[in-house]
Amino acid sequence: MQLFPCPFCGPRDETEFHYGGDAGNARPDGADVPVDRWTNYLYLRSNPKGAAREVWVHMNCGEFFVMERDTLTHKVLSSADLGGGHAA
Amino acid sequence: MTASRLTRGGSAIDRTRPIRFSFDGATVEGFAGDTIASALLANDVAIVGRSFKYHRPRGIWGAGVEEPNALVDISGERTTPNTRATTEPAREGLETRSVNATPSALADRNAFLDRFARFIPAAFYYKTFMWPDWHMFEPRIRAMAGLGKVDAGWTSPDTADQVNHHCDVLVVGAGPAGLAAARLAAGAGLSVTLVDDQQRPGGSLGHRDGEIDGRPASVWAEETVAALVADGHKVLPSTTAFGIYDHNLVGLNQRHFDGRPDTLWRVRPRRIVLATGAIERPLPFANNDLPGILSADAGLSYLKRHAVLAGRRIVVATNNDSAYEVAQAVVEAGADVTLVDIRRDGAPALPAKVRTIKGRALASASGRLRVEGVTLDDGTKLEADCVLVSGGWTPTIHLFCHAKGKLAWSEARAAFLPGDPVDGIAVAGAAAGAVSLSDVFASAEKAIAASGPTKVTVPRSTGPEATGGISAAWPKPGSKGRIWIDYQNDVTVKDVELAARENFVSVEHLKRYTTLGMATDQGKTSNLPGLALMAGITGRTVPEVGTTTYRPPFTPVPLASFAGARAGALMAPVRRLPLENVHRESGAVFQEYGGWLRPAHYGGAGADADRSIADEARRARQSVALFDGSTLGKIEVIGPKAAEFVDFLYYNTMSTLKPGRCRYGFMLSENGVVFDDGVLVRLDEHRFVVSCSSSHVAAVHARLEEWRQDRFGREAIYIHNATSEMATLTVSGPNARKLLETVGLGLSLDEADLPHMAVSHGTYAGDEVRIARVSFTGDRSYEISIRADRAEPLWAHLREAGKAFDAVLIGLEALMILRAEKGFIVIGKDTDGTTLPHDLGSEGPRAKRQTEYVGRRSLFTQEASRNNRLQLVGLTVPSGEPPLATGAHGIKRGDGRLHSQGFVTSSYQSPTLGRPIALGLIERGAARHGETIEIQHLGKISSATIAAPCAFDQAGDRLHA
Repeated sequence: MQLFPCPFCGPRDETEFHYGGDAGNARPDGADVPVDRWTNYLYLRSNPKGAAREVWVHMNCGEFFVMERDTLTHKVLSSADLGGGHAA
Repeated sequence: MTASRLTRGGSAIDRTRPIRFSFDGATVEGFAGDTIASALLANDVAIVGRSFKYHRPRGIWGAGVEEPNALVDISGERTTPNTRATTEPAREGLETRSVNATPSALADRNAFLDRFARFIPAAFYYKTFMWPDWHMFEPRIRAMAGLGKVDAGWTSPDTADQVNHHCDVLVVGAGPAGLAAARLAAGAGLSVTLVDDQQRPGGSLGHRDGEIDGRPASVWAEETVAALVADGHKVLPSTTAFGIYDHNLVGLNQRHFDGRPDTLWRVRPRRIVLATGAIERPLPFANNDLPGILSADAGLSYLKRHAVLAGRRIVVATNNDSAYEVAQAVVEAGADVTLVDIRRDGAPALPAKVRTIKGRALASASGRLRVEGVTLDDGTKLEADCVLVSGGWTPTIHLFCHAKGKLAWSEARAAFLPGDPVDGIAVAGAAAGAVSLSDVFASAEKAIAASGPTKVTVPRSTGPEATGGISAAWPKPGSKGRIWIDYQNDVTVKDVELAARENFVSVEHLKRYTTLGMATDQGKTSNLPGLALMAGITGRTVPEVGTTTYRPPFTPVPLASFAGARAGALMAPVRRLPLENVHRESGAVFQEYGGWLRPAHYGGAGADADRSIADEARRARQSVALFDGSTLGKIEVIGPKAAEFVDFLYYNTMSTLKPGRCRYGFMLSENGVVFDDGVLVRLDEHRFVVSCSSSHVAAVHARLEEWRQDRFGREAIYIHNATSEMATLTVSGPNARKLLETVGLGLSLDEADLPHMAVSHGTYAGDEVRIARVSFTGDRSYEISIRADRAEPLWAHLREAGKAFDAVLIGLEALMILRAEKGFIVIGKDTDGTTLPHDLGSEGPRAKRQTEYVGRRSLFTQEASRNNRLQLVGLTVPSGEPPLATGAHGIKRGDGRLHSQGFVTSSYQSPTLGRPIALGLIERGAARHGETIEIQHLGKISSATIAAPCAFDQAGDRLHA
């Protein structure tokens, strides 16, 4: 059971969290976005071995945040709130 | 005469408290403090079980968790299969049975199987019984092989407790290393939790000689525990740390032995000290599995703790120094002892009474049902009724490996030791390869060195010190006779050789092919000999072969511990309506719908449900129906950017909605698929209520929050899920308005003030009510939302007033019929994970909207523009035909085969129309109204005609009637 640091509630069991996707997967707006770009946004994930920047949501407080963690060692490197803006 | 209880001694037993229990139906007498194994041994019960495959007679091997043979099924206070007799305290009245033996371990009727052993080597079932079909043989083979029996009829009367616990230092193992580490950590001002799987702390100090700080070792152990408890630290005996999980979460299984189920502990320590000791290995010689052949350390433990001498003519066979203390103890207890050491020299001194043969190994043991003698590798024969064996020590590094610790091979110790340190974990004592008490205490001091200065002095060994001399004695390829590696799974040297011949040389393949190291003991005594043999066969070194992966649990944990209270109704708790009890009194029959427990119909438990439902649906159209719609989502979106926000979230433009009005719309996923549908209410300029599907509230709420936080920012929008705060009572039907007028809600129901798709506010008994004129039935409807705790009087009032109008209570089933008559969809039922909004006939926003919304780009892909998409239609059947089956496929014929062209999504008998109605998703369906297609269900073909989804009141007059 991993411990994830919610920027609002502190360290909590991983079962309280949901994965929200890669951080930095910026949404292209518009009906004429090139299909490759849209496909990339919708479906293609980096799935790195090692350090990863991800969006997570702490279900108990409902807040989304960015967490950096190592997918190999499960070490949590950092976590920060979205800062009122995009998870760029 | 063989094993017996001595008249004196036994530190663990209380001779003033005799107890009796049964084993295979026979009474066994013992004392409080006995384990089942020690009591069986004291009663000279040599055969305690039958082996997994060959049904060989097996006796007690060990005295702890590593026990491969002495498994018993226990009934009585709790039924537990495959309990280790060596760790299970004997209690008055327990009923125990040997495993894999019928009718008893002594007289097992499948014992003949051993004579066929050569025909059923490792993995025989992969190669034999293939013709005509393995499944023909499988049931019998499975019945003959195996261990304990689960009592399928037994359920626990109580639930297991689960405890979450935090501490600075968790020390696993209360032997000399663990006790010292715990005491030193406590002296450094840290909160300590000390766990040990034995009932009495002390570990090896309970039976091995030693003197610490000038006192007998066992006294020092008791004093240390007492000091820890006095200082407020937690000491948990009878508790096994069974696994270390991610981020050093430790699972503990605490036993109680008083009828209570085991307790599961989830511990989050800052640091972990593993003082888990070491486990003694067997020696390889033919028939080394005969009853009467025990681990030397276990023989010593039974003697010192339980005053049980395992035999009269004892051969002690060893390759290391640790068995010398055992030989000395059993000779002093009165046994005739011969010590056989494979080494020629370099061993400790022994009393003259012990006959010593050096430089020799055992070649074989003999005896029919128990050991009667041994033959040495020079042909010398010795009589023996007991052989105490020490093949060296395997450090218990399981937990270290759970935490991804890597092992390092030590040639000097002939064992794997913990390698590079793991964050937050230290290993001390025998688990780290320490042998003498001085080394053990040094390793304990090192283990807590990182915790800062301690006020406690490091304990000092003041007595004789153990030595760790060993000469490895691994099983050798080509050995004569049947030499057992894994007792529990009946794996011999020949089986490992077979695996190697067939190229299963990887240690993981070896395990799976031969079952070496599987089952309840997980190879605690057999893994290392097995892989050392594989190394010998393949010309590799032991570390080159490596170990299999260690995974939790270290010892079996009852499933009930993991379940805890999450069983029965608490497994997946349903959400409940505020008016549930009122509905029950009205005869409601409840069902779970999307996590909510809701009235299916009001016909009562014994009623014909179909008739009740049809009756409700018909009467709802005739006058007026009352329906509890409290589960409907009520998520408020508030703030200056609220309009912009709902525009983005909805497929339909919502910002043009006027305050006080409602609009139906879709929410899409980013892949364009319809995610939810429902009515959006605009209460005022900056305040909306998202009325989403009942089962979708949590998901819609999460989606709104995600976009709010990730795209719009937290400041300009606030989202509040008010679903359970309010009850929503629906009044629907031609007489709905008349009924409401008699109730009086303090507002005008005039068409001008509250038209269809408008919202207004009134009061009832002093509470504000919100009335939305939206309809899921197609009839004039009012959804009245009121504080959930004040809903009951209003509901009672509506029912009372309804009597004058022949009002009917309708459940969800009738509502499903009413909405299907109108062609109203249920997301997830009439749509699937490919349905786009224009498949449902909603083309407008896709064609016209210029602003951005979720899923927009996906509506313009090649896939979304395909001209043969499945589209929502109604389906009618020829007169007199029964309703179509939901899920039946519309088919078309081509190239001699049938192809699906869509399927039926909803199908009912409409009591109002007096005929079946159905909805479906059919290829190009919107353009094919009037066309008759073939429908296939379970191989039968019928026909249906494609129609508009709405089968009733297509002009919508009844909304305003």
